[in-house]
Amino acid sequence: MYLNEFLLLSAVLFSCGVYGVLARRNGVLVLMSIELILNAVNINLVAFGAFHGQVDGQVFALFTVAIAAAEVGVGLAIVLLIYRNTRSIDLDQVAQMKG
Amino acid sequence: MLAAFQAPHLDYAALGPEIVLTATLVVAICVDLALDERSKVWVTRITGLGILLATLPIFYLADQGISGEARVMFGGAYVTDTFALVLKALLLISGFVVFLLSFDYIGEGDYYEGEFAYMVLSSLLGMVVMASARDLVTIFVALELLSIPGYLLAGWRKRDQRSNEASLKYYLLGVLASALMLYGMSLIYGFTGSLVLTDIGAKLGGPAGDKPIVAVAIFLVIVGFAFKISAVPFHLWAPDTYEGAPTPVTAFLSVASKTAGFIALLELTFVAFLGRGDVTRPIFWVLAALTMTIGNLTALRQSNVVRLLAYSSVAQAGFILVPFAVATRDEAQEYIGSAVVYLLLYAGMNLGAFAVVIAVARRTRSGAIASYRGLFSYAPGLATTFSVFLLSLAGIPPLAGWYAKFAVIRSLFVDFSVAGAALGIVVAVNTAIAAAYYLQLIREMFFRPAEEGVDVRPRPHPAPLVAALGITLTLTVVLGFIPGVVARLGDLSTIFTG
Repeated sequence: MYLNEFLLLSAVLFSCGVYGVLARRNGVLVLMSIELILNAVNINLVAFGAFHGQVDGQVFALFTVAIAAAEVGVGLAIVLLIYRNTRSIDLDQVAQMKG
Repeated sequence: MLAAFQAPHLDYAALGPEIVLTATLVVAICVDLALDERSKVWVTRITGLGILLATLPIFYLADQGISGEARVMFGGAYVTDTFALVLKALLLISGFVVFLLSFDYIGEGDYYEGEFAYMVLSSLLGMVVMASARDLVTIFVALELLSIPGYLLAGWRKRDQRSNEASLKYYLLGVLASALMLYGMSLIYGFTGSLVLTDIGAKLGGPAGDKPIVAVAIFLVIVGFAFKISAVPFHLWAPDTYEGAPTPVTAFLSVASKTAGFIALLELTFVAFLGRGDVTRPIFWVLAALTMTIGNLTALRQSNVVRLLAYSSVAQAGFILVPFAVATRDEAQEYIGSAVVYLLLYAGMNLGAFAVVIAVARRTRSGAIASYRGLFSYAPGLATTFSVFLLSLAGIPPLAGWYAKFAVIRSLFVDFSVAGAALGIVVAVNTAIAAAYYLQLIREMFFRPAEEGVDVRPRPHPAPLVAALGITLTLTVVLGFIPGVVARLGDLSTIFTG
C-alpha cells in the first residue's frame, strides 16, 4: 500500500473543490464543491489512519461525514429560502448590501 | 481476543455546565411543543434560567480549581482547567445578555420565538464545549455545533431578503472555512499520528514538525479560524451578515461567536503549534496588522451604525491577535493572559453598544448614523450610555477598554523584538484612527440638531433591555476603575499543557 496515491487523489479533489467554490455562481454547485473538499478530507483521514494503524482517523472521518450532512441540510434550506424569495439561485443576484 | 471494555472516567462535576445546558435544551424543546403561539415567551424564560443555572457549577469548580489540578477526561481530549472556567463564565454571561436583548425584539417581531431561544442555546453549548475541547475532533464538533445554529439565526427573518443574504454569506464562507480547516487538521493528524493537542504539540516540537507540509497544514487551520473571528482578509462576510441579521443575533455573533473562535485559536496556538512558532508568528503578525488597519479605515466611511460597529469589531479582533503575533514558549502565560483580558473587557462594551443600537432602533426604526443626530436632546440617558461604550471601545481611560489596550500593548514588551516593536506602532496608529470614528458618532449625538419628524417624546424601554444595558454599563465602568479583577482572571487562566 502506498500512502502517496491517496494523498494525491485527495489533493486533486481538494483543488477541484476550492476552484468550484470560487468560480461557480450557482448555489447548489457551490454546495457540491464544498462536499468535494470534505471528501478530500475524509480520504486523507482514512488513509492516514490506515498508515498509522490507528482507528482515530476513521473515527474523525465518521464525525466529518455526519456533520457535513447537517451542514448541507442547512445550506440547502438557505438556498431554497432564497429561491422562494427571488426565484433565482444565482449567488451574484444576492448582493443588496455593499461597502 | 477483544480486550475487556473499560468505561472512560467521567468527572460529572467538571461536565456540570454542559450537562445543565443540555438538560435545558431538552426541557425547552418539550415545552415549546406543548405551548400555544402566545405563550412561547416561556421557552425564552426557561432557557435564560438554564444559562444562569449553568454558571453555578463554574463557581464550584473555580473554588476547587484554583488550588487543585486541571480535570482531564477522555485521554486528554476534554480538559476543565482554569482557562476553560474563566472563558465558560464569560460565554455564559454573554449568552445571558443576548437573551435579555432578544427577549422583546424577537417576540415583538412575530418571529419563531421558541426555536430562536433553542438555537441560541445550542450555539452557546457548542461554545462552552469549545472552551474545554483539547483534541482536533472535539474542536471540530464544537465549532460546528456553535456555527450551524448561527447560520440559521442570521437568516431568522425569513421574508426579508437582506436577512437571507446575511445567512447565505455567513453560511458559504463559514462552511468553506471549516472545510479548509479540516483539510489542515487531516494533514496535521497524518504527520503527527495523534489527534490530542498536547501530543501534537510534543510531536511538532520534534523532527516531525520540520516538514514543510506541516507549515501548510498550520496555515490552513489558522485560516479556518480567521474566518470565524472575521480577521482581514477573511472578514468579507462580517459587515453584510451583521447588517442583515436581527440585531441581537449580530451582538451574539460579534461577541460570543468571536470569543469562541479566539478560544480555539488560543488552544491550538499555545498547546499544539508552539513548537512551530516560526510559522505561526508571521501569519498572526500579518493578520493582526491587516485586520486592525483595514477594519478601522473602512469603518471611517460607514453611514450605518451596525456596519460601523461591524468594522469596529473586525478591528478589535486585530488587537486581540497582537499577543499571538509575538507569542513565545517561555512566557506563554503572559500572552494567553493578555488575550483573555481583552476578550473579557471587549464582551461587555461591545454587547452594550449593540444594546443601545437596539434601544434606539425601537424608536427610529433605522440604523443610519444620521438618525442618531440630536439623540442627547431627547434621550439623554441613551446618548450618554452609548458614549460610554464608544469611548471604552476607543480605549479612553478610565473606561474598561483602556486596560484591554494596555494589556495587549504590554504583551509586546514581554520579550522585545523588532517585529513586536513594528506591530506596536501599528497598534498606536490604529488606536488613533479608531478614536476618530467613535468620536464622530458621539458628536452627531451631542452637537447636531435632531432630524425632522423624529418622535421626541420620552418612551419607556422594556425591562430586559434595561437590565442588559445595566449589566454591560456596570462592567464597562467598574472594570475600568478596578482593572485588577480582570488582570487577576487573566493571570489565573492557565491552559493545561500535559
